[in-house]
Amino acid sequence: MTESWRPPTRLLRVATLALSLWGVLVLAPCGEAAASRAAVERVQPRVVKIYGAGGLRGLEAYQSGVLVSAEGHILTTWSYVLDTEAVTVILDDGRKFEADLLGADPVLEIAVLKIDAEDLSFFDLAAAVEGDTGMRVLAFSNLYGVATGDERVSVQRGVVAAVTTLAGRQGAFVTPYRGRVYVVDAITNNPGATGGALTDIRGQLLGILGKELRDRRSQAWLNYAVPIAELREAVSDIRAGKFRRRDPAKERLARNPLDLTAFGIVFVPNVVDSTPAYVDAVRPDSSAATSGLQPDDLVLFVGGVLIRSLRDLREQAKLIEQPAEISLIVRRGEELKTVMLQSTDAEAEVGEPREGEQP
Amino acid sequence: MKLPRLLVLVLLVAGFFAAATGPARADVDQAVVEAEARRVAVVERISACTLAIFGAGGAGGGSGVVITPDGYALTNFHVTQPVGNAMKCGMADGKLYDAVIVSVDPTGDVAMIKLFGRNDFPTAEMGDSSQVRPGDWAYAVGNPFLLATDYKPTVSYGMISGVSRYQYPAGTLLEYTDCIQTDAAINPGNSGGPLFDDDGKLIGINGRGSFEKRGRVNVGVGYAISINQIKNFMGYLRSGRIVDHASWGTRAASDDEGRVVISAIQDTSDAYRRGLRYDDEILRFGGREIRTVNGLKNVLGIFPKGWRVPVTYRQDGEVVRTVVRLSGTHAQGELAEMLSGRRTPLPGPDEDPPDENGEKPADGEGDAEAEGDADGEAPEGGEAEEGQPAQGDEDSENPEDARPGAESQELEMPQIVRDHFEARTGFANYYFNQQQQVRVWQALQRNGSFGDLPERWVLTGKASGDDTGEAYFALSPSRGELRLPVFRFEAEFGDELNDLVDPPGSGGLLLALHLWQRFLREGIETFGDVYYLGTVPSRPVDDEAELRRNLFDVLVGVHGGVETRFHFDPTDGKLRTMEVFTDDDVDPCELYFTEYRRDEQRYLPTQIEVRFGDRIYARLELESIQFGPKED
Repeated sequence: MTESWRPPTRLLRVATLALSLWGVLVLAPCGEAAASRAAVERVQPRVVKIYGAGGLRGLEAYQSGVLVSAEGHILTTWSYVLDTEAVTVILDDGRKFEADLLGADPVLEIAVLKIDAEDLSFFDLAAAVEGDTGMRVLAFSNLYGVATGDERVSVQRGVVAAVTTLAGRQGAFVTPYRGRVYVVDAITNNPGATGGALTDIRGQLLGILGKELRDRRSQAWLNYAVPIAELREAVSDIRAGKFRRRDPAKERLARNPLDLTAFGIVFVPNVVDSTPAYVDAVRPDSSAATSGLQPDDLVLFVGGVLIRSLRDLREQAKLIEQPAEISLIVRRGEELKTVMLQSTDAEAEVGEPREGEQP
Repeated sequence: MKLPRLLVLVLLVAGFFAAATGPARADVDQAVVEAEARRVAVVERISACTLAIFGAGGAGGGSGVVITPDGYALTNFHVTQPVGNAMKCGMADGKLYDAVIVSVDPTGDVAMIKLFGRNDFPTAEMGDSSQVRPGDWAYAVGNPFLLATDYKPTVSYGMISGVSRYQYPAGTLLEYTDCIQTDAAINPGNSGGPLFDDDGKLIGINGRGSFEKRGRVNVGVGYAISINQIKNFMGYLRSGRIVDHASWGTRAASDDEGRVVISAIQDTSDAYRRGLRYDDEILRFGGREIRTVNGLKNVLGIFPKGWRVPVTYRQDGEVVRTVVRLSGTHAQGELAEMLSGRRTPLPGPDEDPPDENGEKPADGEGDAEAEGDADGEAPEGGEAEEGQPAQGDEDSENPEDARPGAESQELEMPQIVRDHFEARTGFANYYFNQQQQVRVWQALQRNGSFGDLPERWVLTGKASGDDTGEAYFALSPSRGELRLPVFRFEAEFGDELNDLVDPPGSGGLLLALHLWQRFLREGIETFGDVYYLGTVPSRPVDDEAELRRNLFDVLVGVHGGVETRFHFDPTDGKLRTMEVFTDDDVDPCELYFTEYRRDEQRYLPTQIEVRFGDRIYARLELESIQFGPKED
């Protein structure tokens, strides 16, 4: 009996929701043409085009970002596009800047860039709004790299289809992020769209468009944005210095500097100025081997310090005392892995290296 | 992840409720009800003029839109190219109409076709695409996946995502300049269909989308050719020709300060003759301010070959305004060769390629079967993304390639189509060119006929300018005489006229008057090789909208190795301008017939301005024109 009752109730609920939603949707074009145009015009100057590494098929050398301060702080996605010293940001008026990478959060997969500019239009993250299922939204991004120079980023419209977490889809979607997302009914997450803005119909910021994600089993692409509430703290951490690189000019050198080769890692030869910190080989039976580190892993963070190249690693290592154990965040394919390296040397565990054993 | 599915259900149910439950409307805001009714009315209107286009045999296809009551319609070149010269067009009334190709613009991916069977076809209302802004709402109408077996088009609703987008060509074809980007769903089969604004006005022709790794279905990124670009080409598209886009013999780049400067210029180009040089800064072009290289590419792409457009540039600190004649993006005959090489339109090649031309049209034609298309239809439509324009192997997979040969296609043509089709090299359909020639000629004849007059004409009057004083011209078919205060000479008009550039500095005034006489006497049949070019701006004003507002019809006549362009005012049919080109890469002698007076039988010019290059050579005030056999 209960079975036979359930559908009508559900239908009723659906119908009620339907009516209210219909109202919202039908209202859309009525007198709102001007309003949507105005919202779009307000948002577009706050979204930037970012150009960096990549360029091979399937790895676009561009993405999107949003301005979060008048002085040129830019929130964007932490991706291979930023794996270069030369990240370029182009504003909606065509102005072009070289950007500094201030820092990144590898789990949230966001990065903060800084350009040398003033008096920019920006989104106040503190004023970002929360989205809800059924909410009409606009997505702004440099999808497909369509907008160049002073062309403004693309805008698409959609509805928040669900507010849910990616955690339930672990294994299906390859991403370190497990938090809340806005799932959108429109195809917002195209190549280059990541880092763009999801706003409500008035242009108030809701979230940041995520990387392209495809369900391994169903092959379906997911269109989503990460709510600002999930990112706010990390952004202020990065701006405050967390995950920031340390400045060798201002810090005391370590008495016994960090040496990752002692844990069994062999890096690729440092051939150019910005050779990425790729693992070339892992010595058998070393700590690196037991930790699961593999050749071709790209070392991104060492003990919370962002590493951008082998040269960078060498500089940063001078400031870090050789520890008994240290965590690394590496990129393997499109996945981030955290590995823990432990010194196998009993003496080293107490953090007192013996004389004459420095490699 | 049940929610998205639930949402779909919700929308369906909502639609059902809204449609089926009358009383529920009492609870709905009046504004909502009105908006809905308005939208329903718009959809009905824009559906009525939209076409589902199929090949004569029912294969292939795409979409289109009717723009005149007598059945002229727009679609994509890449829709018509595979289906051939005859096609069938389904409309929302459920009927299937025969149609024939009129003109093609392979570079801009536009084609004009004409439907038969009615003189009261529902038509699209023209919009103004330069007023379109991101955030505006839009409707894409067409026949995606060839779904509509009853020819009722599919309507998708969305937002304008961007304007003035530039999408790279495939080879030299299918370049989308200054196009409109929308997230209204544009799928294979939508190609050639209309994009309407929120009021149901036509703002573009859908033809392309970014797809890349997600298969050939919409990902919310579609592109439409702007209707304002097509307006510029409208006269050309009525000409039955294979029309070409413009280039201007220069390359532009951004310098360190972000200025758009000339980085290379051909010394044979009109731009060079008008004084532009390396490193000059381009400030305005075609009535638009130029701020980026893409902006320049965009505005260049909306003009047809042969138009003269205003250009403002800065040279050595000085701002200069000039007017530049645009050349083609393809070499003479190149497009025609390329098109006939792929699919011979019909046997019986004539040789008088008038114009234009390219490359294998195959590249990026983009009408291959959708990968993984669920319905297994043979859709057709959108283009490759810029990253992968050349889809060379598509040809072999293209189902339309298996069509029967050209000859059998002609036999298959319905009678009405056969009556409106004439193959000729260089033309998509010479029938329509001839129609236009006759139209322009007849309009001219309403101003009086010169055909029956004696062959010797004597013009007398005054000249001012380089050579001021009494002016005397005696013109007859084989020889002419010119007497100006300084210059006087006679010339024989034989088979080769290219050398007749006297008087010096005029570009060939006597020759121009000879060709004027010859044209008026002989007409379109016997002047030489004559064809209808299209329409060009009557005045090169520095305002894009104004530029296309007042247009002249142009007939091109080739005689004695000299090409002459005759410009006619469509409002009264009068000849207003002649441009006489004695050679490639030199300025023409230009005659401007600025004033006419009427005698008993005909209108005669009383004032002719003679220009060459950037200068006025002379102003002629004609006091009398005598027609008679008497010699001095």
